[in-house]
Amino acid sequence: MWIYEKKLQYPVRVSKCDPRMARFLLEQYGGADGELSAALRYLNQRYTIPDKVVGLLNDIGTEEFAHLEMIATMVYKLTKDATPEQLEAAGLGPHFVNHDKALFYENAGGSPWTATYIQAKGDPIADLFEDIAAEEKARATYQWLIDYTDDVDIQDSLKFLREREIVHSMRFKEAVEILKAEQGKKKVF
Amino acid sequence: MEENKEANESAGNREPERDGHSVAGDAAYVAELEQLQKVDFALVELTLYLDTHPNDMHALQQFNQLAQRRAHLAHSFEIKYGPLMQFGHSYSRYPWQWYQPPWPWQV
Ligand SMILES: [Fe+2]
Repeated sequence: MWIYEKKLQYPVRVSKCDPRMARFLLEQYGGADGELSAALRYLNQRYTIPDKVVGLLNDIGTEEFAHLEMIATMVYKLTKDATPEQLEAAGLGPHFVNHDKALFYENAGGSPWTATYIQAKGDPIADLFEDIAAEEKARATYQWLIDYTDDVDIQDSLKFLREREIVHSMRFKEAVEILKAEQGKKKVF
Repeated sequence: MEENKEANESAGNREPERDGHSVAGDAAYVAELEQLQKVDFALVELTLYLDTHPNDMHALQQFNQLAQRRAHLAHSFEIKYGPLMQFGHSYSRYPWQWYQPPWPWQV
């Protein structure tokens, strides 16, 4: 089971109301390479992955939920004082008429999250390579988001998240090596 | 919407109470929370590292030391600002403290 902790993994400060940036950040909320996809992908794959790497998928999947909460906090803070006119100017008019200022699992283009974003092949190497690719794509998205804003507070939180993707990717690559070594042993004996 | 507004006003940028005690959401709270976030970050990093390097004795020692420090920090934080976790993982004073703002996105 999971136990909620009433704190963010890393502080999220925003310097101004900026619904345009909020809309771009939705890519990491309900987008293909976003945090929801990441969390659900790893936590679903862990049931059938070899024991040696279950812990890693379990723990990275759990950390992704903390990242999802950080992104949600950014979106919430960036839009909470926005007028309907400001939301519309930022391209969030269609969002507003459907959800008011509630968050929704959709990408920056407004497409709702879908399970087709994630895969589970039951083949450990295939699954781990998907995970590595997902982390690299998330890292790239964070870089574009950092480049898109001049809000140094948002940049600070986004840089933290970008670095986490790099670490996750590295750990998944180590997991591949661990499984390859296991397979090698079986062949030798 | 109205309820949200109230929660924001009560939670966001709270001033310290008149008797000088820090309250959840104020500057001292944010600073103390950051101390905890720092230690917890190191623990997340060490957890993932140990998941792929289970025989690294030095990392394991660091992990256990920080886990102990984390428990002390969290305990003194909770005494001042209320429970960080629930389902019985944190204590509560009367009345029930858990449901009270600020929630993390309101700070
Ligand atoms: Fe990640």
